[in-house]
Amino acid sequence: MSQHAIEFENVRKEYGQTVALDGVSFSVEAGTTTVLVGPSGCGKTTTMKLVNRLEDPTDGTVRFEGEDVQNVEKTSLRRSIGYVIQDIGLFDHMTVAENVGTVPRLKDWDEDRIESRVDELLALMDLPPDQYRENYPRELSGGQRQRVGVARALAADPDLMLMDEPFGALDPITRDNLQDEFLEIQEQINTTILFVTHDIDEALKMGDKIAIYDVGEVVQYDTPENILENPANEFVEDFIGSNRGLKKLQVLPVEDVMDTDDSLVGTSVSELPRGGSEPESAAADGAGAPPHVAPGQSAETALSVLLESECDDLPVVRDGSVVGTVNLEHLHHSKSQRGELAHE
Amino acid sequence: MQPTTSLEAALTALTTVTLNSTLGSYQSFVSRYAGDLLVLTLEHIDIIAISMLLAIPIGISLGVLITFNDTAATVVLWLAGVAMTVPSIALFGLLIPVFGIGEPPVIVSLVLYSQLPLVRNTYVGLNGVDDAVIQSGRGLGMTRIERLRQIQVPMALPVIMTGLRNAVVIIIGVAAIGAFVGAGGLGDFIFQGIRERNIPMIVVTTVVLVVLTLAFDYCFAVSEQLFRLRNGEQIDKARPTRAIWRILS
Repeated sequence: MSQHAIEFENVRKEYGQTVALDGVSFSVEAGTTTVLVGPSGCGKTTTMKLVNRLEDPTDGTVRFEGEDVQNVEKTSLRRSIGYVIQDIGLFDHMTVAENVGTVPRLKDWDEDRIESRVDELLALMDLPPDQYRENYPRELSGGQRQRVGVARALAADPDLMLMDEPFGALDPITRDNLQDEFLEIQEQINTTILFVTHDIDEALKMGDKIAIYDVGEVVQYDTPENILENPANEFVEDFIGSNRGLKKLQVLPVEDVMDTDDSLVGTSVSELPRGGSEPESAAADGAGAPPHVAPGQSAETALSVLLESECDDLPVVRDGSVVGTVNLEHLHHSKSQRGELAHE
Repeated sequence: MQPTTSLEAALTALTTVTLNSTLGSYQSFVSRYAGDLLVLTLEHIDIIAISMLLAIPIGISLGVLITFNDTAATVVLWLAGVAMTVPSIALFGLLIPVFGIGEPPVIVSLVLYSQLPLVRNTYVGLNGVDDAVIQSGRGLGMTRIERLRQIQVPMALPVIMTGLRNAVVIIIGVAAIGAFVGAGGLGDFIFQGIRERNIPMIVVTTVVLVVLTLAFDYCFAVSEQLFRLRNGEQIDKARPTRAIWRILS
């Protein structure tokens, strides 16, 4: 009856004399991504480990799908939850296919089912099975290894994924690509995700909800927009860092600020008047197409294209036809509009 | 000039005669005792094989068991180390009252001597597996036994293989001394050679013993490489490793 995938209720965790967590209470909605973010040693990883019982709480309750995890047998609990860590921890002595098939094998699936599941996941992770099945992890790049790690965690189709700084050890470009890909994959698989990072930008990008940790406690738990708009205290403000204005635009999709009443709405992209200079932005796909953005892209991208393209009203294009326009004025007023949306 | 030349000639003649007679004595030893050498070599291999068959399960199980308890690990490794320091002759002597004379006390000694490399390498190999790998195994829901069977043991096999290799090299040498208490093997000829001052007998038998050791060592080195390859490691393959690997895959 609960639509909360995970509930933390007054959780406390002590290691000897040290209090690692105190009074942690929040719920994670099913199907969303919740990011735990904070400086190192703040207890975010510990919180995550309480869910699959790699750690047990000193006090308080952790519920997964409404059931106190203390009442669930450890190994079967863990097999129903995907787990990815920064060091990946691939089994170097097994092939990629054997790695991905680990949990299904533990669950005694039959061989054919494992094989087809492995192929499906490798294809999903953009690792063509014909090419990569028989490779050993050592033969792969860092980014590919992490893809295998994610595929392995997804193998038994878990309702929940725990991801502990999964992209932390990758170079910035690979990390960015994997984040984008993972957001796309998440749309398809629709599992609940609990994601740990120390990087606020990653948190803002990946999270539907963000829990900001100070030492041992959650100081703010809210949507990225609200955290940027109303930081709970000075610590959160410091943690977000400078250029909050730009960060707000990062988390804001263009469709939320665009003007849908403009005269251009309804025209197809080929009929649009040509802009003066072609921006080299990724947003302008197709040779010769005038500058435009997609509704799902961030307002920050729209700003960048606007600044480069020298046009005043940037068309927002979905499936080849204009669904709205966006200009600097819209971006500037996005703040008040967000406020209204949050009330709805 | 003349005397020097004749002296040189004499010397050359003398060396030739000595060398010929030495070579001759070796030739005659080999031709006379080739059959016996073969029998003793087989006997030697037999002692080694029985000892290893007993030692491997004991050593590996001990190595696995002590990963569960640090105190036990310290004690067992210390005891195995102590066993190593007891001179073989003394150990045979200690065991004769219990096991009698002949092969049994020698085999028991060889099993004891092989424990240190076997137990230590098993223990080190299992504990040397990257912690991230163990943690992700735990996080994915493997039980302790599953982690041991599916991750730690396969990853530790090359290291365990090295232990086996060390053990075999050690006990081939020690087994030769076993002839002293009537266990047979190549040691028989070495002791006989010493008693009879038969240098060719000592030298030829020693050479056979060394060749036997090197052969075992090499076989184990190759199988260790095969285990590493199977674990997906990239290594410089020795020629036989390459050949066997090609046949296997």
